[in-house]
Amino acid sequence: MAYSWIHILLMFLLAPLLVGVITRVKAVIAGRHGQPVLQLYFDLWKLMHKGAAISRTTTWLFPFGPAATIAAAMAAAILMPCGGISALISFPGDLVLFAYLFGLARFVTILAALDTGSSFEGMGASREAAFSALAEPVLLLALAALARLAQSSSLSGIFGAAGATLWSSSGATLTLAIAAMFVVMLAENSRIPVDDPTTHLELTMIHEVMVLDHGGPDLALITWSASLKLWLFASLIAGAALPALGTSPAAALALHVAGVFSLGIAVGLVESMMARLKLVRVPQLLTGAIALALLALILSFLMR
Amino acid sequence: MALLLSAIVLVAFSGVPALVGRGRGGGIAAVLAMLGAATGLVVSTLAFLRGDLVSYFHAWPIPYAAFSVGLDPLSSFFLIPIFLLTALSALYGRAYMRGRAGAGRSPLFFGLLAAGMAMVVIARNGMLFLISWEMMAIASFFLVTLDDDRANVRRAGITYLVATHIGTAFLLALFALMAAHAGSMEFSEWKGAAASLPSAGALFILALVGFGTKAGFIPLHVWLPEAHPAAPSHVSALMSGVMIKTGIYGLMRILTLLGAPPEWWGWTLIAIGAISGVMGVLYALAQHELKALLAYHSVENIGIIAIGFGLGLFGVSRGMPVVALLGFGGALLHVLNHAIFKGLLFLGAGAVIRASGTGEIDRLGGLLKRMPHTAAAFLVGSAAISGLPPLNGFVSEFLIYLGAFAILVTPGATIYGALPALIVIASLALIGGLAAACFTKAFGTIFLGEPRCDEAARAQEAPIPMLASMMILAAACLCIGLAAPAVVPLLGGAVGVAAGFAEGAAPSALAEAAAILAKLVVVFAALIAIACAALSLRRRLLACRAVTRTATWDCGYARPAPSMQYTASSFAQPLTNSFGMLLNIHEEREAPQGLFPQRAAFASHARDVAREGLFDPIFSAVASALARLRVIQHGNVHLYILYIAVALIVLLLWAFGGR
Repeated sequence: MAYSWIHILLMFLLAPLLVGVITRVKAVIAGRHGQPVLQLYFDLWKLMHKGAAISRTTTWLFPFGPAATIAAAMAAAILMPCGGISALISFPGDLVLFAYLFGLARFVTILAALDTGSSFEGMGASREAAFSALAEPVLLLALAALARLAQSSSLSGIFGAAGATLWSSSGATLTLAIAAMFVVMLAENSRIPVDDPTTHLELTMIHEVMVLDHGGPDLALITWSASLKLWLFASLIAGAALPALGTSPAAALALHVAGVFSLGIAVGLVESMMARLKLVRVPQLLTGAIALALLALILSFLMR
Repeated sequence: MALLLSAIVLVAFSGVPALVGRGRGGGIAAVLAMLGAATGLVVSTLAFLRGDLVSYFHAWPIPYAAFSVGLDPLSSFFLIPIFLLTALSALYGRAYMRGRAGAGRSPLFFGLLAAGMAMVVIARNGMLFLISWEMMAIASFFLVTLDDDRANVRRAGITYLVATHIGTAFLLALFALMAAHAGSMEFSEWKGAAASLPSAGALFILALVGFGTKAGFIPLHVWLPEAHPAAPSHVSALMSGVMIKTGIYGLMRILTLLGAPPEWWGWTLIAIGAISGVMGVLYALAQHELKALLAYHSVENIGIIAIGFGLGLFGVSRGMPVVALLGFGGALLHVLNHAIFKGLLFLGAGAVIRASGTGEIDRLGGLLKRMPHTAAAFLVGSAAISGLPPLNGFVSEFLIYLGAFAILVTPGATIYGALPALIVIASLALIGGLAAACFTKAFGTIFLGEPRCDEAARAQEAPIPMLASMMILAAACLCIGLAAPAVVPLLGGAVGVAAGFAEGAAPSALAEAAAILAKLVVVFAALIAIACAALSLRRRLLACRAVTRTATWDCGYARPAPSMQYTASSFAQPLTNSFGMLLNIHEEREAPQGLFPQRAAFASHARDVAREGLFDPIFSAVASALARLRVIQHGNVHLYILYIAVALIVLLLWAFGGR
């Protein structure tokens, strides 16, 4: 129980570091030294101390965007286990709540974007709505495949039951599920090849343009929640890839954090080696991910 | 029971004062309808909570018919949304119908519709059921065609009348077959004869088509997107909220009388539900008119209810009581939830249409500043129908997911046995994402941004009675969501009747689901608490900082205009494009010509595949075949007299030839 609290606090503190690691990997591969790894912490500090410029077109709905995003991310963190340490709250079916909490954040963020009456935000919101509608079945089917392997429909049950023999008995299912979840992680967190987080061209943005008119503390909340969401998706994949070896909780925590950071390095490598896809190709990518997840689910019946 | 019957009679005749008195009559009618519905609501809620089993029989001189009514947990559960929505729609309708066409006769038919629905749900005799069914259909036909000056309203009315009577024809066949087998039209007799039914499968198909036409399964849904936009909004709320649920009630009731369900019934319902859900929300994404969009969303939610229903039937046929419980529980809770949030959305749509004069989504905009309370209620309804935590839509979908996962994680499950679970999870996930996309499109284009036409810029907030009914429904959405651990175990009685469990077995098993839901509600509470904390933190931080009001970032463009905002069809275009092979989208475009183009135009329209591909060809083939009979209508009186003489001779030969 105490370790669950330690895990949550670690997640809240280390999430911006994960973004820094990804940025540093990209810089190293590009031959630069890059920003400090702790840059996002400095940015959050600066943003919290700024004022805001709020558009006249927006209404009382506008501040709900950052509030819903941070509430959903933190509530999802409550449900997230870590290796052998179970989550703060766990119950059968909590993986459905996990997916739908991000749906709530997306819904309110899209509405806050449309509130500004700008066609940039409308464009980003439209693409976001389309891609997430296709990404949600992928996440749920991949988690269902893992649930079938672990014979539990709770996140803590799935990731707590992953023993050392899991890879030898159901390696194919795990590989396919991890591949599908990796694609979802890239899509949901605005990473290349779905979206370029460092672009400055509004017509090509998806997530960044939806929050274009937020500033100051609003932007700080949104940025931190985005890094927490990235950590949570990486945590899902790390939990699936690294079985719970039954060691002490501190060792499990350290192993899990190491896994998340290695996944950050992997994301950095992918971002450095690929260009972003044409926007019409992204639904095709996500449909391919749906196929991978379905295949993982079907294989999970044949394996065990 | 006597109090319930008198409430139904009061509601049925509540519209009479509106026929005789001009202005005051309408007010008296609304008060009578609300009084009757409130009484009915209290009685049926108490009966449901106590699990009452009541019946009342009174013989009638009509052959086969008898006034046989009864209350059991399933009937009293369906009465709750009927009376709740009747009361709130009556309150809303009084203010809405002021100065509109047909305001004098609408309360009469409204009362008859509500009474018909209540009678359908408590009838225990086949003929009484059919009489109430017809009363419901005819009353709603007159309500749909209130504004009969417009051609599209008349066409919608005819479509609706034909569709509902096709369904009733199948029901007649079903009831006739069952009565022939059991010897009488009483449901209790049918239950006794259920064990020896020769062809339960054929009867199931008849029930599926007959009740499915009313419920709105694809491809029998073609009347919904025509009838709901044509009817006045409070009638659309009643029709979409509860009338289509009487189809679900009928299917559930008949299934309790057909004996143990074989496995293929569950498969069929899950398949129909998945197709209706996905196609319904895809068609909704392609709509330009608000009430047509909401009508297609009703098709989608009926699909979700059918998915839960099918999962429950699958659980019953496989002997998995947990799955049956969760499937039926989710389906029944979604019946109630959908009645509440769809009623809320239609009432909100009515307020928007009344204020701005149009329901075309792409002509509205910025209404949140003009109509803040309507917008807040519509927002709660949109979030609820997209199945988002912490509202009630999520709770019912969560129960269905739990049922599917229960099949998935049982040790020793085979791929064939778990295929329904796979279909349920995949289709519910896809439906949820698409519904959220559709409602962000609708809410965002109508209420947010800047107004796109002058009428939207001048819109007025709805009057207090309309606002009150919307707020009550929005509060109900939130309450059911947060009180889920208390509400779900109450469903045990209705689930037990629908699934055919022994009395008392269901409520105890649902208590385990209540423990899961209690943890769910803790996460909901954390969600709301963190959101409030974030909002107050933001306000404290900004209170001592420089906050400027400026224009939206427009990349330095000098003169942004409201028409530059993203339109609703542009918003939905990536999705309608991806699913283009399922949607039949026709585009008409007039491309810009030359170096300084003067005009260009673009219009896109989604044609309903079921209507254009299935029903239109069938009906035109029938019409052309029957047109060949027109040769006998030649106008020659002598030949007409010859027809009469020939008919008489043939009948005489038949009558006396038999001796």
